[in-house]
Amino acid sequence: MLSPLLIGLYVFVLAIFVGRELLTKVPHTLHTPLMSGANAISGITIVGALACASFDSPAAAAIGAVAAAAAMANVVGGYLVTDKMLKKFARKD
Amino acid sequence: MQTVVHVLYMLASVLFIVGIKQMSAVKTARGANALSALAMGIAIVAAMLDIGLHGKIGWVYVGAGCVVGAAIGAGLAMKVTMEGMPELVAFFNGLGGLASSLVAVSMAVLTWSSAGGALRDGSVTSWDQVITVVLSIGVGGVTLTGSMIAWAKLKGIMSGKQIFLPAHNFVNLVLVVVTVGAGAAAFFVVDPKETTTLYALLGASVVSSFILGVTFAIPVGGADMPVVVSLLNSFSGVAAAMTGFVLYNNLLIISGSLVGAAGMILTIIMCRGMNRTLGNVLFAKFSQSGGKAEEYKNVKSGDPVDAAIALANASNVIVVPGYGMAAAQAQHALRELSDMLRDRGVTVRYAIHEVAGRMPGHMNVLLAEANVSYDDLFKREDIEADFKTADVVLVIGANDVVNPLALSDKASPLYGMPILPAHEAAQCFVVKRSLGAGFAGTKNVLFESDKTLMIYGSAKEVINRVVEELKAS
Repeated sequence: MLSPLLIGLYVFVLAIFVGRELLTKVPHTLHTPLMSGANAISGITIVGALACASFDSPAAAAIGAVAAAAAMANVVGGYLVTDKMLKKFARKD
Repeated sequence: MQTVVHVLYMLASVLFIVGIKQMSAVKTARGANALSALAMGIAIVAAMLDIGLHGKIGWVYVGAGCVVGAAIGAGLAMKVTMEGMPELVAFFNGLGGLASSLVAVSMAVLTWSSAGGALRDGSVTSWDQVITVVLSIGVGGVTLTGSMIAWAKLKGIMSGKQIFLPAHNFVNLVLVVVTVGAGAAAFFVVDPKETTTLYALLGASVVSSFILGVTFAIPVGGADMPVVVSLLNSFSGVAAAMTGFVLYNNLLIISGSLVGAAGMILTIIMCRGMNRTLGNVLFAKFSQSGGKAEEYKNVKSGDPVDAAIALANASNVIVVPGYGMAAAQAQHALRELSDMLRDRGVTVRYAIHEVAGRMPGHMNVLLAEANVSYDDLFKREDIEADFKTADVVLVIGANDVVNPLALSDKASPLYGMPILPAHEAAQCFVVKRSLGAGFAGTKNVLFESDKTLMIYGSAKEVINRVVEELKAS
């Protein structure tokens, strides 16, 4: 039986390859929206921050609250600015 | 319930991947972003289902955090201009790093309290967890403060100068050791009453990673900040993936590594565009003479009237926009000028260098904002051969990317950097505030060429004058 760390490593390495294949196809024109969109995805730690809510320790929950605020700002802000930029590109079609 | 949660996580992972795939075309990009946002929404719902309603105190705290964070993010996103995009992306990026770091700390604190203070007990904490928590704290912390330094440098709050501490690399090494050592040591506190020691060790690890982020970013010059922003973007993804390891959550690992790959690819593209290695960008010390040492000889200058006449008589024009254009917000004036020329039957194309603007692809966004069609924008590789046949090249606020020394002078710091060969065109106008040096600090021999006419002034004013001249003629 593999340890969860090793299973995670498999997923990690394979996902990096998938990412590399897809991302090299993104045209230069879209690199800034790509970066801000990717940045929004990195806010996925919101899932981790939410997990902190289930912790019985108030200290852990308080730290989780700050984490949730940071991750949520990253997610909401990241998607909104990406959309704002892509709107500029779309207008001319 | 666990099955439902994991199916939802899987669905979110797939949607993230499809979203990134659809970013490969301008037409589908906006939908792709919406798809990615939907995936995030599904992930959040799944996480809430997963947790259920146990731990009611936690919900109040974390729920409040979510609301406050969402409001901050939305507020900043609404206010931002296209010029200010690089610093805002850096700022959000830092927040992502902070979240990863804190989730790891919270996880460690939880493990401690639920195990009654016996973190080392093999059944509770394995080495796996020590490694992942420490990495998550370290990478997350560096991402936070490194991004904040990048933000400050891009915004102009901090000067773009390189800052070196005495024994800079040694300081970095010590900070790495403290971050890892203190974080790992926290797992070896065995006495349940030693809560203070636990917090002190975790705190030391976090603080030391924060300082490391600062010492990592301050030696990088302002013009190289886009590389650092891309790299930190990659770090924020890796930090999220590390959090996934801490929580044994594949969704976090998958999406984190996608972001890690995205940031890394952009970093490599930027470095190649400057013909420099990542190590050179991050650690090398450049002379900061500001290029005063070299005097210009035989530089010819002209005024907007000269440019208007030449442009009106040309049939093939290439525009090379640089940071100066963005700084002067001249993109709207420039679009007006190219529309007028096009109405007169002149072909106008834009040549975009990899490192134009302040982050990868930034110039394209600025021009898109001014309604320049992306069909008129050409990558360096696709247009560099056409400079030979161009009647007029209009260089606006760009410098190092058109310096022919990069092709010929082995002693030049620019040597080997791919450039846009503006010097090959029949005639070249350079719109610039002054003869000041670019970031590389060397003089630009294009400015001394017989075929070059300098037009001094703010890009916006100069272009507006050219437009007026053309209207009058």
